[in-house]
Amino acid sequence: MSIPRHLISIDDLDRAGIERILDRAESFAEVSGREIKKVPALRGRTVVNLFYEASTRTSSSFELAAKRLSADVVSIRSVGSSVDKGESLKDTVQTLSAYDPAALVIRSPHAGAAQLIVAWTSAAVINAGDGKHEHPTQALLDVFTLRRRLGALDGTNIWIVGDVLHSRVARSNILALSRMGATVTVCGPPTLIPRDIEALGCESTSTLDRLAEADVVYALRMQQERMRESFVPSLREYAVRYQIDVSHLRSGQLLMHPGPVNRGVELSAAAIDSPQALIGEQVKAGVVVRMAVLYELLAGTPVMAVAA
Amino acid sequence: MFSPQRRGAHLLIRSAHVLDPRSGLDERRDILIRDGRIAELGPAGGLPAPGDVELMDGSGKHAFPGFVDPHVHLRTPGQEYKEDIQSGTAAAAAGGFCAVIAMPNTDPVVDDAAILGSLVERARADARVPVGFLASITRGLRGEELTEMAALADLGALGFTDDGKPVRSAGMLRKALAYQRLAGGVISLHEEDPELSGDGAMHEGAVSARLGIAGIPSVSESTMISRDAALAAYENARVHIQHVSAAESVIALEQAKSAGVAVSAEATPHHLTLTEDVVRTLDSRFKMNPPLRREADRRALVDALRRGVIDCVATDHAPHARHEKEVPFEEAAMGTTGLETAFAALYTELVLPGELDLEVVVERMSAGAALYGLPTPRIAPGEPADLALIDLSATVEVGAAGYVSRSENCCFHGRSLHGRVLVTLAGGAVAFREPALVEAELAR
Repeated sequence: MSIPRHLISIDDLDRAGIERILDRAESFAEVSGREIKKVPALRGRTVVNLFYEASTRTSSSFELAAKRLSADVVSIRSVGSSVDKGESLKDTVQTLSAYDPAALVIRSPHAGAAQLIVAWTSAAVINAGDGKHEHPTQALLDVFTLRRRLGALDGTNIWIVGDVLHSRVARSNILALSRMGATVTVCGPPTLIPRDIEALGCESTSTLDRLAEADVVYALRMQQERMRESFVPSLREYAVRYQIDVSHLRSGQLLMHPGPVNRGVELSAAAIDSPQALIGEQVKAGVVVRMAVLYELLAGTPVMAVAA
Repeated sequence: MFSPQRRGAHLLIRSAHVLDPRSGLDERRDILIRDGRIAELGPAGGLPAPGDVELMDGSGKHAFPGFVDPHVHLRTPGQEYKEDIQSGTAAAAAGGFCAVIAMPNTDPVVDDAAILGSLVERARADARVPVGFLASITRGLRGEELTEMAALADLGALGFTDDGKPVRSAGMLRKALAYQRLAGGVISLHEEDPELSGDGAMHEGAVSARLGIAGIPSVSESTMISRDAALAAYENARVHIQHVSAAESVIALEQAKSAGVAVSAEATPHHLTLTEDVVRTLDSRFKMNPPLRREADRRALVDALRRGVIDCVATDHAPHARHEKEVPFEEAAMGTTGLETAFAALYTELVLPGELDLEVVVERMSAGAALYGLPTPRIAPGEPADLALIDLSATVEVGAAGYVSRSENCCFHGRSLHGRVLVTLAGGAVAFREPALVEAELAR
């Protein structure tokens, strides 16, 4: 079993590592049910959130996760900060590292940003999304949500539907879900499925024809700008071919989405509101899974053991 | 070619293994150099040593014709924080190069006689090895108006290129190819369809799929080669294809050559030895344009170089300052330095594993000269002393002692390569001595 020092990619975790984080998240879920939701695990330690992209759920859940572990939290957004004044990533990270944070959580529009800053800080680096590359904590909370519903993922069929090309969520999930024993199929317009995506260990298709095979349907966000870039001719044609509606869902199939949802584009309103949708559970899982990641990276290792 | 007048070397290199594939010479010889010219090639250990020449022990070392790099970025004028004529040509000399050809995508662009004239003056003052210049095809590389190609050629431009960018408009390129009949010079082409490349930052394939980085497909290059070969055929023009990277491009080149088009091509040491796999590290030293491609592409390039479909090696030496590379991969500047490591990389990665013969590498390392109408370095009596003395068994820890280039963005950084350049003679003068050699002499 291995818990890495940093969490940059799902590739940093083996199956046992993922399970250890999810088990830890279960124990924090129990805490979250109490009236006092705080534990003192990271008391006196500092967590810096550095967000170079707009984010609601990821940034708020990381902030809440750190606070529930009793860490001191500093959250920095690119707008209105020195980043906005043209400061380089290196200078920003070195400046923030002067506060001696235990963890630095980074969201960046550029692939590899999280890995790059490892060299410039002594903090544990957690990737909260780097470009279209990876979003490992999203994949972990998705696996957590599914594991609660299905038990083990071994042998399950999971379809990821939509704009895979531009999706870091898709990439981290393909890796995490297959590592947990699931078979992953990606489905979307040929223009939005990366060439050679099969090299990640998934299958690919461009129609929903075999969607009934899926135990879980994971829809991705379809952005307006893809239409302007001619990846799809219109959102209407996209919706006709790829929108998940209750009529597509057979009983027992589960529906997931990383949010925020474009109602009526990738999912119909009825599908979102159906009992098969796990979207709300995914959001809830976000806090406990991020608590678990922070805990395992910072407190879970003997070297970094927290004094009582 | 432009460089300062330097005192010709007086040198006797004893018992070096001389390998000059063009003359078929492949044995140990003494090389006597007087006034910067090769005066005599004698039997190993057999030439008497005149009192006024420096003696150099060549035993266990190889002497090759000096390398010629038809594609470097010296960054003067305007980007001297990355490189300049002095530092870039010093890096060339350290890599065994006796001549280089500089690209015009500087700031300002070399698109006007006054700019080229001042560059020539600068090279005459600062260059450590002779430098030739290409001027741009279009003003400001904008692809809209031709430069005064004839005037630029009169001032010494060896040819024309918008390197760094393709000539997007077929109509504009056609005019340049037609105008070549007046101006002369080679028209050299960076082949890339901007629509297909989009905002790509690496090769489009399995690794870009994994990393979520927009890809540059191979057909972005090969379709433009096909287009431009057709235009060159129509205008009966002479074109040179820069930094070929894809297997599809090799096919396009072969078709053009077999159809009789006057086309030549170059490939870089990095495309010949590395693949997209190294980009998995997201190390920006591996970001260049064209990008590192698949293993199948690399093999196709090596095979094409062996068969002469690709005529020569060119480094595309592209220095960038640290702050331009110490950023996320997608944001980083494109390019790698290459002058100091070119031979060692090819020798270590291709010759030692048996992919290419040493003679082929040595020949292709200077074949760029003739493509631009320059004399080809030869190790033969009467020829100017343009040669590299190299210890094939000595290793180089790339970057361990820094670089001669002003920049450090070398894609071979940290590797241990075989083939250490000891001495470079360029234009008859000693342009480089390995620092350890100098120390040994000082100690004597």
